Amino acid sequence: MIAQTLYDKLWQRHVVRQEEDGATLLYIDRHLVHEVTSPQAFEGLRLAGRKPWRTDTVLAVADHNVPTTGLPMEHPDVQPSAAAAKIYQRWFRCIEDPVSRLQVETLDRNCAEFGITEFRMGDPRQGIVHVIGPEQGATLPGMTVVCGDSHTSTHGALAALAFGIGTSEVEHVLATQCLVSKKSKTLLVKIDGAAGIGVTAKDMALALIGHIGTAGGTGAAIEFAGAAVRALSVEGRMPLCSMAIEAGARAGMVAVDDTALAYLQGRHLAPKGAQWEQAAAYWRTLVSDDGAHFDRVVTLDAAAIKPQVTWGTSPEMVVAVDGAVPDPAQEGDPVKREAMERALIYMGLQPLTPISQISLDKIFIGSCTNSRIEDLRAAAQVARGRKVAATIKQALVVPGSGLVKSQAEQEGLDRIFIDAGFEWRDPGCSMCLAMNADRLAPGERCASTSNRNFEGRQGPGGRTHLVSPAMAAAAAVAGRFMDVRTLS
Amino acid sequence: MEKFTRLEGIAAPLDRANVDTDAIIPKQFLKSIHRSGFGPNLFDAWRYLDHGEPGMDHRQRLQNPDFILNRPRYQGAKILLARENFGCGSSREHAPWALRDYGFLAIIAPSFADIFYNNCFKNGMLPIVLDAATVDRLFHEADACEGYTLTVDLARQTVVTPGGESIPFAVDAFRKDCLLNGLDVIGLTLRHVDEIKAYEARRRREEPWLFA
Repeated sequence: MIAQTLYDKLWQRHVVRQEEDGATLLYIDRHLVHEVTSPQAFEGLRLAGRKPWRTDTVLAVADHNVPTTGLPMEHPDVQPSAAAAKIYQRWFRCIEDPVSRLQVETLDRNCAEFGITEFRMGDPRQGIVHVIGPEQGATLPGMTVVCGDSHTSTHGALAALAFGIGTSEVEHVLATQCLVSKKSKTLLVKIDGAAGIGVTAKDMALALIGHIGTAGGTGAAIEFAGAAVRALSVEGRMPLCSMAIEAGARAGMVAVDDTALAYLQGRHLAPKGAQWEQAAAYWRTLVSDDGAHFDRVVTLDAAAIKPQVTWGTSPEMVVAVDGAVPDPAQEGDPVKREAMERALIYMGLQPLTPISQISLDKIFIGSCTNSRIEDLRAAAQVARGRKVAATIKQALVVPGSGLVKSQAEQEGLDRIFIDAGFEWRDPGCSMCLAMNADRLAPGERCASTSNRNFEGRQGPGGRTHLVSPAMAAAAAVAGRFMDVRTLS
Repeated sequence: MEKFTRLEGIAAPLDRANVDTDAIIPKQFLKSIHRSGFGPNLFDAWRYLDHGEPGMDHRQRLQNPDFILNRPRYQGAKILLARENFGCGSSREHAPWALRDYGFLAIIAPSFADIFYNNCFKNGMLPIVLDAATVDRLFHEADACEGYTLTVDLARQTVVTPGGESIPFAVDAFRKDCLLNGLDVIGLTLRHVDEIKAYEARRRREEPWLFA
């Protein structure tokens, strides 16, 4: 047998048919749906008189438009009833923007019409689609997972082949349970050694993107491997896979090991009993074989990675916290130099400014990349007994799901954040992309645990610096960037 | 889907690398539940000097005279010249919808982000990859001569310059066929219903936990 990569195995398992030119009908096991990229797909089904192929594979949630504050205390019962509907209406009416409200309402209507399970607002399980998938056990090893959302790559942390698709493909998967696709190239990112204290998966991801660029993974599926990746928890592997798309790769993945199995066991939708044993035995084969060929290999030394801070308007514009904003004059490539100059103007930064001298206006801890319980614990550890600097206008903590929120509250993390001066919010995508009311004002500067620092991403004219949760909390306390490793 | 066969049109050069889909169509316009109407908000933050929100009358808004697409010579352009990694970031299909709605049916760049590239084909649009040196030359030519018009011939897989130079490009055979004939890809897949069902039956035996 030819040695196969994890990606080869996942791909091969899902081939329904393959044309001579490589065009492949690929079967999809899990389809996650949110309100922004699905309305036109459902409308397409209706216009063509088509029905979803397998509604049991679809899980829907509203996350992009939902408010994270001012919501009712009372949650509607998950079982439908007149009383639950009434309470739901109170939640729903909290969406102030009528256009946002219509989009959420459209998802509700489509799910009801086509018989799709939806975690609606107020459901304690509601949250960011890429947080609730793994949390529910809706994402399992060996699955193909798609969603009309680029950060679907996140689910690869559980050895699934997971990637984002456009709305036409959302419709295609709904109608046929398949996608027409071609096999990607493979990129092995090997992170050897041990990461230092205060250095997280987010720093590894940003360091990688700084190294290979935002197009470095284009056309490839990334497998993350090496001792530093093995040492990460599943929640640590998710930010790595989440950020694979920022490196240009459609998919990121990590092989199955004891850590992955331990994470999955007992999850709501994970197999139980004898079926668990059968599944686990198969899942253990979901690793790259010794000697498997990768089209490209990139190796990083975890011990050499420091906490990272982006300075520009692309995730590849990144330096270590003890570094400085680079000088475009030193850049030889004219296209890159111009991009750097434009980024510095947009970001309101001067070349060679030390990162530790950059002051902040707002702090955002959240997003599908960094809003899980371990992220909140890491941030709370920094915030504990400290105060958000007086110069910070707003510091938000937005848990990734209702279940993450209640877990954090059980652990008292909410008190730590509130006592320190953070706002403790309800789950949603929030200020990662500012489709709800949480956003930056023009010119405001934010330390954010999200995934994109594009112009206007967190609000028109807003300036985003991407960091890990611990670094965001340290920035909140100091009012400027500081090396979280220097905190006692 | 609309057919794409041959396209002749003014080429507008957008001289920025890593143009992301947030820039192509900002988030506030993603709240629409329709596929059309995104054209006036294409590149909204770059194209206008005021902040745009859904429902605004774009004719009343302040245009940014420095933005390339606002120059009179590029009005009616159908082909966008772009730099590397065009369409990176979010998977939003609203990005190709906005480009198409504005009037761009072909985009020429040294490289595209995967999801964006894929999304274009679903909307009767052709993203063309040419090597960086060739794209650079087209940028210079488009800049140098007003009314610079390119002809894209999908059947022949060529881009023809005003000087008569014919530049070949590669395109996947299946996607080419879909564009040339305006095929319904879902309809094509549904021809294989029996194979999909046979595949499902096999997976049900091998991985029963996926079929709860």
